Amino acid sequence: MAIIDFKHVDKFYGGFHVLKDINFRVNRGEVVVIVGPSGSGKSTLIRTINGLEKINDGSLIVDGKDMTDRSTNFNELRRDVGMVFQHFNLYANKTVLENIMLAPRIVLHRPEEENRKEAMRLLQEVNLVEKANNYPRQLSGGQQQRIAIARSLAMKPKVILFDEPTSALDPEMIQDVLDVMKLVAQEGITMVVVTHEMGFAREVGTRVVFLADGEILEDTDPNSFFDHPQTKRARQFLSKVISH
Amino acid sequence: MWQLFTQNWQAFLTGFWHTILSSIIALIFSFILGSGFAILETNPNKFWRGVAKVYVEIFRNIPLLVVTMFFYLVLPKVLPAMSGFTAGTIGLTLYTSAFIAETVRSGLQSVGTGQMEGCLANGLSYWQAMKNVILPQALKITIPPLGNQFVNLIKNSSVLAFVAGMDLMYQGDVIASNTFQTIPTYIIVGIFYLILTLPLSYYMQYLEKKLA
Repeated sequence: MAIIDFKHVDKFYGGFHVLKDINFRVNRGEVVVIVGPSGSGKSTLIRTINGLEKINDGSLIVDGKDMTDRSTNFNELRRDVGMVFQHFNLYANKTVLENIMLAPRIVLHRPEEENRKEAMRLLQEVNLVEKANNYPRQLSGGQQQRIAIARSLAMKPKVILFDEPTSALDPEMIQDVLDVMKLVAQEGITMVVVTHEMGFAREVGTRVVFLADGEILEDTDPNSFFDHPQTKRARQFLSKVISH
Repeated sequence: MWQLFTQNWQAFLTGFWHTILSSIIALIFSFILGSGFAILETNPNKFWRGVAKVYVEIFRNIPLLVVTMFFYLVLPKVLPAMSGFTAGTIGLTLYTSAFIAETVRSGLQSVGTGQMEGCLANGLSYWQAMKNVILPQALKITIPPLGNQFVNLIKNSSVLAFVAGMDLMYQGDVIASNTFQTIPTYIIVGIFYLILTLPLSYYMQYLEKKLA
């Protein structure tokens, strides 16, 4: 059953047609990787899934909720649809532990003791227990991103959206973050990932969506996409990103 | 000058007290109003942004004296009359709140949209995000400029003198015209203002260093 369902979705920024007739579905447990040249609308596409961007036309159903319906409660939806950003967006005034515990405490009203236990378990999972009482500014980019993933996991979401999670990181930090993302995938959480990490797409992705100029040109399994791209645009793109 | 003070100390202290009282009342309410309008100015909703913008532009661009006179002389034509102290304090509150709104707004904007999106994506509502994450950081950034606004507020409270608001400046005017000792009177008035504003200024400088 589809947990995310785009039907004929269009979006404009003023006169600029950023998403063109988008049709695609994500089933539970899938890891869908969205790739494409920069400026193709990948970030906009993923941000429509939790309502950070509104769509102008078509229908978008996420976890049974109609994203074009004015009465849809986005706060409620976002409890089940987490997001990890390129620039982490951790709370600068809170410690690492508090970053993870805040939303479960004030949104889910999780009991304090259980909340702390769960947060510490997640810190163990992302291998940063010793940073529990540090502030985000005292952490490297890679560490901040792992905390951001832990913060998202603390809500026990059905879906996590990753918007270029490794693009702002130094090369030697990227692998640690990808390893944590692999763990998330193994837990069976549905993932939608915008990334330039083709190795990750091939290894962890269950499907690859290729987006160019706001249009989905390919939507297939990773091996078919990387070994036998159907469109000229995808072949051009792959020859550029694989060559280095 | 000492004699002038000992002969009129009650009037000076009455004025000093009214200046303190008016300043404190205006400080509390202008801070609440100003922060409220700052939040509205950064609200995603266009309507509320517009309302806040109109409020801020009106009170920031009309002289304080005119705002005060409006409450003292114009409003009583439709509403029961209010004392000079009340009219002056209301004028002072509204006028200062517009400046505080601009100060807090720039603080809110310097926290950036990233953390707000982080909050929303994490399931927090807009107000939960404001209260727990955005506002605490914005207020910390705005403490030094807010301090300057508060010093200005105390000095601006002298506007009460124009509407017989019983404040320090008003008492000074009365004493000066009764005794004809204009210069010593206003020196004493000035010293009283310094007693209020200097410690505040130094405290703000200290805070600014501590937070930097």
